[in-house]
Amino acid sequence: MAQVILELLARKLGDAIVETSKELGNETAMVKRERLVDVAEFLRHDPEIALNLPIDCTCVDWLGHRVPRFDVVYHLYSVGKGHRLRIKVRVPEEDPTCPSLTPIWPGLNWHEREAWDLYGNRFVGHPNLKRILMYEEFEGHPLRKDYPVDGRQPLVEMRPVREVATQRNPPANILNKP
Amino acid sequence: MNEEKLLAHEVLVTRKSEAVRWVREAIGRFAQPGVNWGRKFSLFQYPFVTACCGMEYMAVMGPRYDLARFGAEFPRFSPRQADLLWIVGTISHKQAPILRRVYEQMAEPKWVIAFGVCASTGGFYDNYATVQGADRVIPVDVYIPGCPPRPEQVLDGLMLLQEKIQREHGRVMT
Repeated sequence: MAQVILELLARKLGDAIVETSKELGNETAMVKRERLVDVAEFLRHDPEIALNLPIDCTCVDWLGHRVPRFDVVYHLYSVGKGHRLRIKVRVPEEDPTCPSLTPIWPGLNWHEREAWDLYGNRFVGHPNLKRILMYEEFEGHPLRKDYPVDGRQPLVEMRPVREVATQRNPPANILNKP
Repeated sequence: MNEEKLLAHEVLVTRKSEAVRWVREAIGRFAQPGVNWGRKFSLFQYPFVTACCGMEYMAVMGPRYDLARFGAEFPRFSPRQADLLWIVGTISHKQAPILRRVYEQMAEPKWVIAFGVCASTGGFYDNYATVQGADRVIPVDVYIPGCPPRPEQVLDGLMLLQEKIQREHGRVMT
């Protein structure tokens, strides 16, 4: 079923697609960033494809593994046809922006805000791009791989509590288990 | 005879302020157990519910594991009218100033119960967003572990708090 999508997409907008894959039943299309809006509009308005329900928009950080560093991933579903598609866009670290797909699928409003908040990926054309999960005083983007694991930014002064057992200080091996 | 014994032990003071203080302390010591009894069986609770433990809290308030039979009947959703703060669920750093403000708005005497592991120690959320236990923000009297705790655990925790309240001393006026 989703095979239809990939074929139509390749026929109509073949130059926008970098690669496609059908691993494990998940149809995926890797799209060039500058053609993203064209592809998205086509996917929404074409009557054969009709992907009208946005499921998710998220980001993947490949720091140290791959250049370009970020992947923006969209999951789309069609309520009428029942098929799904995953769109991936490669985004470089020097310019972590991506056109916003909120004008096409308004349901992506909060998802794109979350991706901005946690990964620092700016969505150009988003109506209200500001932090949604973290607080405004927070500095940095916590789900990036270079954000420290134990980086904390408390808003209220923390009372001194004796730390008995933590990640750095694991509890004593009292049962003598190896 | 008895008056002589009294004179030897209790110092009869001449300064009025010290006499007043002595009388207040004596009344306090005399009245404390009764006051504690009254306080422990009429806890006005403020359920500060943020997460999934709220489901278990609702179950505890329900008819099967009745919290009302311990006197902790009415949830008062105003900190001015409450004396027991239940911290039910995860406290994030975004929520911490709100929790601090609610606690500061409560009048003495006040007690705090940390319900669940997230409120006790941060639970399994050892990350950038979660306060590692509500006791990093406000002082806590009783910690109830569990994710979520069984209602019987919650009732046990409340009874522990009641025993703690009964043991208090020097706290008649506040």
